[in-house]
Amino acid sequence: MAEPILRVREIHKSFDSTGVLRGVSLDIQEGEVIVIVGPSGCGKSTLLRCINGLETVDSGEIWLRGEKISGRTRDLYRVRQKIGMVFQSYDLFPHMKVMDNLLLGPTKALGRPRQEVEAEALRMLERVGLREKAYALPRTLSGGQKQRVALVRAMLMQPDILLLDEITAALDPEMVSEVLNVVIDLARGGMTMAIVTHEMRFAEAVADRVLFLEDGHVVEEGTPEVFFHHPQTERAQQFLRSFTYASKRDKGEEQPKNNAGD
Amino acid sequence: MQDLGISILFKGINFQRLLGGLWVTLRLALLTIGLSTVLGLLFALLMLSGRRWAKFFCRAWLEIVRFMPQLVLLYLVYFGFARLFGWDLNGEVSALIVFTFWGAAEMGDLIRGALTSIPRHQTESAEALGLTRGQVYQYVLIPQTVRRLLPQAINLSTRIIKTTALVKMINVTEVLKVGQQIIGQFYRQPDAAFWVYFVIFLLYFLVCWPFSLLARRLEKRWA
Ligand SMILES: Nc1ncnc2c1ncn2[C@@H]1O[C@H](COP(=O)(O)OP(=O)(O)OP(=O)(O)O)[C@@H](O)[C@H]1O
Ligand SMILES: [Mg+2]
Repeated sequence: MAEPILRVREIHKSFDSTGVLRGVSLDIQEGEVIVIVGPSGCGKSTLLRCINGLETVDSGEIWLRGEKISGRTRDLYRVRQKIGMVFQSYDLFPHMKVMDNLLLGPTKALGRPRQEVEAEALRMLERVGLREKAYALPRTLSGGQKQRVALVRAMLMQPDILLLDEITAALDPEMVSEVLNVVIDLARGGMTMAIVTHEMRFAEAVADRVLFLEDGHVVEEGTPEVFFHHPQTERAQQFLRSFTYASKRDKGEEQPKNNAGD
Repeated sequence: MQDLGISILFKGINFQRLLGGLWVTLRLALLTIGLSTVLGLLFALLMLSGRRWAKFFCRAWLEIVRFMPQLVLLYLVYFGFARLFGWDLNGEVSALIVFTFWGAAEMGDLIRGALTSIPRHQTESAEALGLTRGQVYQYVLIPQTVRRLLPQAINLSTRIIKTTALVKMINVTEVLKVGQQIIGQFYRQPDAAFWVYFVIFLLYFLVCWPFSLLARRLEKRWA
């Protein structure tokens, strides 16, 4: 097997002496999409934040393309230039037009020429259906549009890997799929991604591999077919049941709560 | 026939004298605003430094300026320090000290508020883009802080301009004092006082109004 693009080895992280991550390891191959699921508070966000250095690990190591990136305090920004991240909250910079949001990283952090990036940005906006919003202010955009711009902003850095932390959790339901379809498009284009989501249908559609995290451990790991249809552990089975409802007519039919990703 | 009261303002150099007085006020106010902004920035950084003594110090400072009438502080510095330490501070310098003491704390609190009102994930998403710490401040945090701060800072500035009228009480010849001198010269003219004060009122209005217009427009534009 090829050298993984990202390698996480036995990382531990506690806040105020409560262990949030208690020995988490994972490898991601180039072009692979992994989805991380698990109950609220199990440490999914913390895991992603440790990967791009927003949190420092207590122990364990993280490697990106063969370079150790954990445990450093200087030059963290260089590491982050290669790791894209999009969060749950809409975090476009409100005082800048969409285009300036998109140009900031490539021109200031990477020092690329403005015109070149701008042309590329327009092409990407076109691809996500937002060409006509290129020079609008973020506050005139809907939540779904903002998150699509945030995805473009991260992609324009041409990162080695993209981390997505519940990017549709704050959206109205009808906007969820417009964002997730962009993610699926990126996955088809070969983007390496680590995705945290509560949208199980989407997870199944996009994942090459699913990791189930609970109490700071990877409890189960497998292909989406196995994980969603034949979960091996009792805890994963319980977790997946929490996304279904018993039918009112009590025929034992179960209906998924989330329809996104269809 | 007796002249209308307003005409006394155009006799000799009376109007220029009033404007001269206004300049004394404005010069003091502008110096105060400038110094308060610089010291206010230090105040805000101290307050946000996370050190307990620094926070306590700033809190105490802010409370004192908020409770204490400015006039008391003026007397304390102008008369009190002169006696106590044998300093012979002139009125304008005393006023600059007192108003800056007040303005720096108020401005510092505004700056602190503006800085802390910017959500944490603004910093984080800028950092996630791979910007350096300095770039995060330069492109993301400072522009947003200034936008939040400017309308409030302008309002504070108009308050400072108004409050400088108090220096009349410590023998600084500013616009109000000049007005009283003019009224004194024309004590035979019964409506002199009205017109002189009315013109001073207009002068203050003309100085402060553009500021508050600007503040309101900025507030709307950046809302
Ligand atoms: N900065 C912090 N300081 C203290 N505790 C924290 C901090 N960040 C996270 N935690 C705690 O760590 C635990 C894991 O948080 P985390 O955000 O990683 O969970 P999560 O799996 O992303 O949950 P959710 O699905 O609700 O987003 C939680 O109990 C949380 O309260
Ligand atoms: Mg989370």
